[in-house]
Amino acid sequence: MQCPKCHAPMHTYNRNGVQIEQCSGCRGIFLDYGELEALTRLEAQWTQPAPPPPPAPQGYPAQAYPAPPAPAWGAPHGGHGHYGHQRHRSFGRMLFSS
Amino acid sequence: MTDLVPELAGRAEAEAHRDTNPCPCGAPVTLADRPDATVVRHASTVAKAHAPHTDATGLALRLTTAAHLPGILLPPLTKSPEALHDRLVTFWPYGTPVDPDTPDAAPWEAAATLLARLHNSPAPPALPLMRGPAKAARAVVRLRDTAPGHLAARAVLRAWAGLPAWARAEAPMPDGRTLCHGDLHLGQLVRHPAPDGPWLLIDVDDLGTGVPAWDLGRPAAWYACGLLPPDEWTRFLTAYRTAGGPAVPTDGDPWPALDVPARALTVQTAALAVVRATEAGRPLDEVEQAVVDACDRMGGLPPELAGDVPKGPTA
Repeated sequence: MQCPKCHAPMHTYNRNGVQIEQCSGCRGIFLDYGELEALTRLEAQWTQPAPPPPPAPQGYPAQAYPAPPAPAWGAPHGGHGHYGHQRHRSFGRMLFSS
Repeated sequence: MTDLVPELAGRAEAEAHRDTNPCPCGAPVTLADRPDATVVRHASTVAKAHAPHTDATGLALRLTTAAHLPGILLPPLTKSPEALHDRLVTFWPYGTPVDPDTPDAAPWEAAATLLARLHNSPAPPALPLMRGPAKAARAVVRLRDTAPGHLAARAVLRAWAGLPAWARAEAPMPDGRTLCHGDLHLGQLVRHPAPDGPWLLIDVDDLGTGVPAWDLGRPAAWYACGLLPPDEWTRFLTAYRTAGGPAVPTDGDPWPALDVPARALTVQTAALAVVRATEAGRPLDEVEQAVVDACDRMGGLPPELAGDVPKGPTA
């Protein structure tokens, strides 16, 4: 996408799970709907001590924590990982070789 | 099997039974037989023939480093390498490796804690550089030599070109003082004494001074590529921070420190995957393709340098 102000190309960064477009020319930042709120929420999490995790209800899997930060070039997380359905041999080999 | 194995087995047997003759044990076991290393076990002794053209002085210094860090690195049985034809041979006690069939049992906390302790240990004077970037560069040379026309090669080479010179072994590393392993993966951990002693790091071939985040780069790359689940990555990273590891800040986003090593190791992994698939005459499998896809996504994104999104006006 192109910067609406100076028309230079914009690059996508992932900051703590929030996608941010930043202009490579004027360094302006574009936020999608809801992303400012997401950033504000994250900021509050960093500055406040984390509340104790709620106990998981009986018979349900434990409450999922938000995914840890990942780089913008990373694979889309949230169900698209290769680990869920295929702890397969190729993955095993990759973990054990240079 | 190379011609080296029987002779290396003989050396391992002689080392294992300095005091007992004749040998009461069974046949030797070949643990690895690759162009860059042949490893043979006899009873509780392991003999390793290092890669051809290994620098003898550097290997001796790395061996001495391991001998002085018991509890972190597996201590060698002998103080200096021996010659066997054109190869250098070192002797080690046998340790029980991580079971490749049960990735859920991988010792992430132990790996991270050992790395943190290694990174906080003083590097002996004259120890050579950690060889991580050099190995990444060698993988890219192999890709260019073996499969320059492969469909995936373009994305891998473009991601490589976007890395800073130090990560491509073309300039000195920005931090030259930290003691690093240089080639951390799950094959580099054993329990010693076998079978259930504490975990220790093995393989000193790439040990040296450099950027400690390189040692976290593989798990970081696996997580970024969607191959390592978030909880296992979190366990590894948390254990490293808890143990006081210096490669990443104690809290907050670790990616400004990890981005370049994780990119370089993703490129290295992708390059070797394309080389191996080409040599075997087969297509990339799903996991290999995931690593190539990550290289493709890197192409349009400059590496994180000073860490944060640069300050500037908001639109």
